[in-house]
Formats: sequence, structure tokens, C-alpha cells
Amino acid sequence: MKPRGAGLAIYAVGAFLFLHLPLLILSIFSFNSSRFTVWEGFSLRWYSAALHDTQLTEAAVNSLIIAVVATLFSTVIGTLCAYGLWKRNSRPLAGSLYLSLVTPEIVTGISLLAFYQWIFRFLRVQLGMHTVILAHISFSIAYVVIVVIARLRTVDATLEEAALDLGANEWQAFRYVTLPAILPGVIAAALLAFTVSFDDYVITSLVAGVDSETLPMVIYAIARRGVNPIVNAISALIVVGFGSLVLISERLRTA
Amino acid sequence: MNRLRAWFLAPTWTANITLFLAPLAIILGYSFLTRGVYGGITSPWTAESYQRLIDPIYLAILWRSFWVAGASTALCLLLGFPLALFIARAGRLKNFYLGLVMLPFWTSFLVRTYAWMFLLRDTGLLNTFLQKLGIIHSPLPLLYNDGAVILGLVYGYLPFTVLPLYATLERLDRTLLEAAADLGAKPWATLMRVTIPLSAPGIRAGAILVFIPCLGAYLTPDLLGGGKSVMIGNLIQNQFTTARDWPFGSAVSLVLMAIVMVLLFVIARGEGEDLL
Repeated sequence: MKPRGAGLAIYAVGAFLFLHLPLLILSIFSFNSSRFTVWEGFSLRWYSAALHDTQLTEAAVNSLIIAVVATLFSTVIGTLCAYGLWKRNSRPLAGSLYLSLVTPEIVTGISLLAFYQWIFRFLRVQLGMHTVILAHISFSIAYVVIVVIARLRTVDATLEEAALDLGANEWQAFRYVTLPAILPGVIAAALLAFTVSFDDYVITSLVAGVDSETLPMVIYAIARRGVNPIVNAISALIVVGFGSLVLISERLRTA
Repeated sequence: MNRLRAWFLAPTWTANITLFLAPLAIILGYSFLTRGVYGGITSPWTAESYQRLIDPIYLAILWRSFWVAGASTALCLLLGFPLALFIARAGRLKNFYLGLVMLPFWTSFLVRTYAWMFLLRDTGLLNTFLQKLGIIHSPLPLLYNDGAVILGLVYGYLPFTVLPLYATLERLDRTLLEAAADLGAKPWATLMRVTIPLSAPGIRAGAILVFIPCLGAYLTPDLLGGGKSVMIGNLIQNQFTTARDWPFGSAVSLVLMAIVMVLLFVIARGEGEDLL
């Protein structure tokens, strides 16, 4: 039994290296002063170049605005929904949310594009930040519902009944009893919605207008032409940024 | 509660119907219409877009998508199973190891794909390293082929197999393994004839969870396949942008959706529990 356990452990080390080394190496080389894959010395020149590239900074600001607004809406909407489903499940709604989660992004994206174009025949609007934000709210809700409902399952439902018996109305029971209990889960859901929104390329690129280019769209455009040290620097920043958000979110989810 | 509950569900229903179900319905309608002269859609109603899918060019793309998604899924299961087994037996460190598996999954998918471009290209780290060691003299064509796409997909979706496999392996009744050992089974025989058959639900769930996103992948084949490895996702995108054949693009999307829904039906029947 012993040698097999050791073999499994060695394998696990290899698997964890496979999962983490690519991002680690990319992050290390973002500090390379050479633009080639040969280490020449520590330098922050690519970070400086990234910060001085107006196309990149404007796209980053767009991404932040979109992600913050989409997160606010999807967190509120998704939390209310999770609470409603926790009270009594609705198979059609749960099924529809689940379907939205597993639908290939490219299908979600092109169907939204077709939908917007169809609507625009009646309304005088065009693709832009608002269409991207609406799309992001829509696809983030399912993630929020999943995280919040997992948290709700740990809540004792009789607490609300006690509140109702003591004279609270339904809204007060939710607002003052259950919501405080699930708040860490709600914040974790918001952080997840933020990362999902900030990272999206496929859907965003289809429903974005000329004024709403996002950071992933710029990175993608550069990456399609090949590797670029500036993208290495932005990637490292995104990895660290997302990593911290996820660690905070995990802490809260299990708190 | 019933009055309040309806209000709580209403915003999600509204968002889901207007921004997900209605757009799908429009695509369904478009798929039965005809392509306009300048790319739009016009009457008459026809099933021509679906008939065009039988063209060998498109069948080849369908086949390639199934092949790439299938190979990625098989590799994910093969690589994920021992890892899940390791974590299930790890005792107190379980949650830490699970976190290690999930951490890269929650960092940007785009960045993770780009990282492989950085490693695999002609002047990338792997080729530079191998040349320095004198193992190869000219760069190996590691990027822009099916292999790179499969590698990218496995890297992207490995956590999707590890989690369900871990969940079933964790619940596995260990006395069954002891019984097998007592009855003279070698560790390998126990693994093949007890552990793996008993983790069938996890294997099926993991396989479908990876196969679905791989089948509809767009980003990975585009970046790591370099346009050479066209899959269904790229075909759909192309019909809506360059080719401007919306009816055909819609028909392909719906065929993809139909496959996804059949697979989900399989998984839902197997699990027999609520989806969310």
C-alpha cells in the first residue's frame, strides 16, 4: 500500500505544477527587461508601458465600469432570487438559470446580438456600454444564485419563523434575520460575479460597440497577433488581482 | 411568504426571459429564414440552413469538434482521477488541495490561454529551453495545431472533472476496499474492479461538465489553434461576422444547443436531484 500512496503523491505534485506553473512563469517573465524569452534582468518597463498605453487604460476603465455596475445589479437580483428559490424551489426558473450557465458563450453572445439588432429596429439605440452591461447582468445572475443558495442551505429556517411569530413581517424577517446570516455568501457571490464579468471576452466582443472596448478585447486583439511583453504584464496584474478576490471570496464563503 | 417570493423571483425571471430565452427564440426563428442580399434575413421560411449542415465541409467541422472535445474530456478524466483520489485521501489538507485545484480556474480564462501561447510558440519558453539543452536544433511547431487546442482545453477544464470525481471518491465506502483486499485483490485489481466502477456517477458528471464547454469552445481553438483548428464555436462566430449568414449561424447554434441539452438530460436523469 505504501509505495502506491507515494506514487499518487508524486503524481499530485506534478498535477499541481501543471495547473500553476504556466501562470507563475508568465508572471515572472513579465518582469524581464528583454522582450524575448531569455532572462536579461529585472525590469518594470512593461508595466510602465502598459500604464502609459491609453488604449489599454481606457479599456481597463470600461471593464471596471461594466463589471462594477453588472455586479451590483446581478448580486441584488440573484440574491433575491436565491432567497425565493430557497423558500420554495421553482423548477422552471432553476432549469432556465442552469441552462443559461451551460449554454456555450458563443451561442449566448450571438443570440443576444441578434436580439439587440432586432430591438434596435424599434428603438433608436446602438450597441455600447449599456448593451454590454445588460448582457453581463444576465449571465452573472446564475453564478450569484448558486453561491447564495449554497449559503442559504446552512441557514436555520426556523429563525425566520421565530421572527414572524414575534411580529415581524416577511420583509423584516428577510432583512433583519436571514440577510445578515447570508451576507458573507452574498459578498462572495459579488466577487465571483465581478471576476466573471471582468474576464468575459466572447459575449462582450459580440455585443460591444465602438465606445465600449473592454480590457479582454484589447488583450485578445494583441494576443491573436502573437505574444507581447505588455500583455504579459497585464496578465500578471490580472492573475494577482483575481487571485486576491478569489481568496477573499473563499474566506467569506466558508466563514 | 408567497406574495414576497413572487416579487423576489420577478427580476430574475425578467432578466432571464428578455436577455436569454427571448434571444434564443429569435435565433430559432432566424434559423428558418433566408439570408438577405446584404447579409440580413428575409423571408421565405425554409429549412435550408439545416440541410446545408450535411455538406461535408460542415460535417468535418462537427466531427473535429467532437473529436477535440472527446479527446480533451478523456484526458481530463485520466489526469483528474488520480488527483481526485489523492485529495480524497489527503485528510486534513483536503480543502487546501481543493483550493489549489480551483484557484487557477477562477483566474482569467483568457490569461490562462495566453500563458500557453507564451510557453508553446516558436520562440517560447519550451522551445528556447529545449534548444539551449541541445535536444532540438530548430523550434518544434507546438502552437497552432489540434494538440495545442486540446492542451488548452484540458488545462482550462481539468477542475471540472476533479471536483465531481472527488465528491464521489470521498463518499466511497472504504470498507469495500478492505473487503476486496481481504479477498485477495491486488491494489490494481481493487482500483479497476471496485473503485472505478463505484465512482461512475462522478466520472459521468465530470465527463459531461467538460465535454459541453469543450464542444462549444471558441476562444481556445481561435488562439491556440490559430484559425487552423476550426470548431463549431468558430463556425458560428464566422457566420455572424465575416460570412454574414445569420440563418445558417443560427441553425448551427441550435444544433449545438440541442446536443448540450441532450447531454444535460442524461446527467439530470443520473443525478436525480435538483439542478441548483
